[in-house]
Amino acid sequence: MFIPHTKENEQEMLSKIGVSSIKELLAQIPQALLYPALDLPAALTEAELTRHLHELAAKNKPLTNFIGAGMYEHFIPAAVPALASRGEFLTAYTPYQAEASQGTLQTIYEFQSCVCALTGMDVATASHYDGATALMEAALACCRVTNRKEILLSSALHPHYKEVLKTYTRHLGITLTEIALSSDGTLDTEGLKKQLSENTACVVFATPNFYGILEHGEKISALAHAKGALTVVHVNPISLGIVKAPSDYGADFVTAEGQPLGNPMSFGGPALGIIATKKAYMRQLPGRIVGIAKDHDGKRAFVLTLQAREQHIRREKASSNICSNEAQCALNAVIYLTLLGPQGLKEVALLNLERAHQLAGAICGVKGYALKYTAPFFNEFVVTCPISAQEVIDKMAEKGIAAGYAVHEKELLVCATELRTAADISAYVKALEVL
Amino acid sequence: MYNQENCRFLKTHEWAFVEGENAVVGISEHAQEEISDIVFVDLPKVGRQVKAGENCCVIESVKSASEIYAPVSGEIVAVNEALSADPALVNREAHAGGWLFKIKMANPAEVDALLTFDAYKATIQK
Repeated sequence: MFIPHTKENEQEMLSKIGVSSIKELLAQIPQALLYPALDLPAALTEAELTRHLHELAAKNKPLTNFIGAGMYEHFIPAAVPALASRGEFLTAYTPYQAEASQGTLQTIYEFQSCVCALTGMDVATASHYDGATALMEAALACCRVTNRKEILLSSALHPHYKEVLKTYTRHLGITLTEIALSSDGTLDTEGLKKQLSENTACVVFATPNFYGILEHGEKISALAHAKGALTVVHVNPISLGIVKAPSDYGADFVTAEGQPLGNPMSFGGPALGIIATKKAYMRQLPGRIVGIAKDHDGKRAFVLTLQAREQHIRREKASSNICSNEAQCALNAVIYLTLLGPQGLKEVALLNLERAHQLAGAICGVKGYALKYTAPFFNEFVVTCPISAQEVIDKMAEKGIAAGYAVHEKELLVCATELRTAADISAYVKALEVL
Repeated sequence: MYNQENCRFLKTHEWAFVEGENAVVGISEHAQEEISDIVFVDLPKVGRQVKAGENCCVIESVKSASEIYAPVSGEIVAVNEALSADPALVNREAHAGGWLFKIKMANPAEVDALLTFDAYKATIQK
């Protein structure tokens, strides 16, 4: 609860400082910059404001969504926001003080546990800003563990993730080399083999990759490990309902964008970065980690742990400059996962697989359209179009459909989650036919 | 084992005990008490070359992470493996079982430049 200062509080503080007014206190600031004239309209009443916001919202044109490309529309059970919006969770400020925040710390611990259960890894962090940050942090951790300065990355990583990797490695003397795809849509393992050397810290790839294709994780891991390099495997957490856990095929670090787990897309964020790794690399993890300890009465207590990795203790030698996590988004995720359970997550994943394949099959039935890649995919796929992808998007939008994401002039990345019904799919294809 | 009186010290609280051609290195009683409960020791790799004054080890306690500096130059020839399962050994036996690593000295004369126990004691009395 915000408690503002009273006029008396202000006066007391001012006189203690030895000035008569706030204005005098700020005398060093150029007067022209102080108290500028703000061109604000008159205040609205609550009724007027509500009406104004409704008018703004009415400008939105809801389209049936077939766009994936990093953020996905999944069903969020009402129980998720009902629980997560409780004041104890939603408005608590930086709730990591162990003595006061046992409930919050427990939810984060449970989130970490869920991530470990899903990925098969030993330890997970309390989360990071987003998938891009998580991927970057894991790659840098690999450089620290191996003491090597070369990162090999799949060209089929999300373009934002590549940008973040570039930004963080630019001044660290770390080189980034992209590995191209084979014609079937998977990573070219021959090309990877050629680039791997004793200087390679890690191989970073996503499965499914940016184009929806599932990668040959075992093969990539084997090649990397043969050269003493580690693997950073970036996954779609929903896909883990049916796809092998990365720990089963030699992942050293697993990262993910956790938005699909109980978090709305919200026009691009906030998102949820996930990192998990093996016990051996635990001390190279960035960010917060919640652990279980005992208080002096021997009772179970949750705490932030391994803090000697972090900036407030290690300063410039900390494992990252970022300590923030995404507690509220992680809370949505853990409630979502708890509600679904392993069986529920499997069902959601199967529905995604099914709908996407139904849609793909139907689109291929339309003259001029075909799948670009032949390798297996999860809930997204690239379609080659007879006209420009942007034209498809624009014309479909007029029919109330967000057709996909243009990845190339005549290539469209299309996604179908469990929310896309048979009727949605039918409407998509009917609209596409008469384009 | 490595009595204080027979050790030489750095101002930063490391001690060096000459054992043949090696210098055994650890942290002082004063240091282990100041650092408080040690939870992890990040030891250097055997075979690593270090220069006198180089940071080559980190001791993590419940409240801090402390850099440990090599008192002399040379090659790390041994590290105290017991510390991975029992890092608190450094607290309990700072001058015995809690030694950190051993350096094969490149230049034994470097030890003479280090503080005697009395000189070190004087620095911590201030």
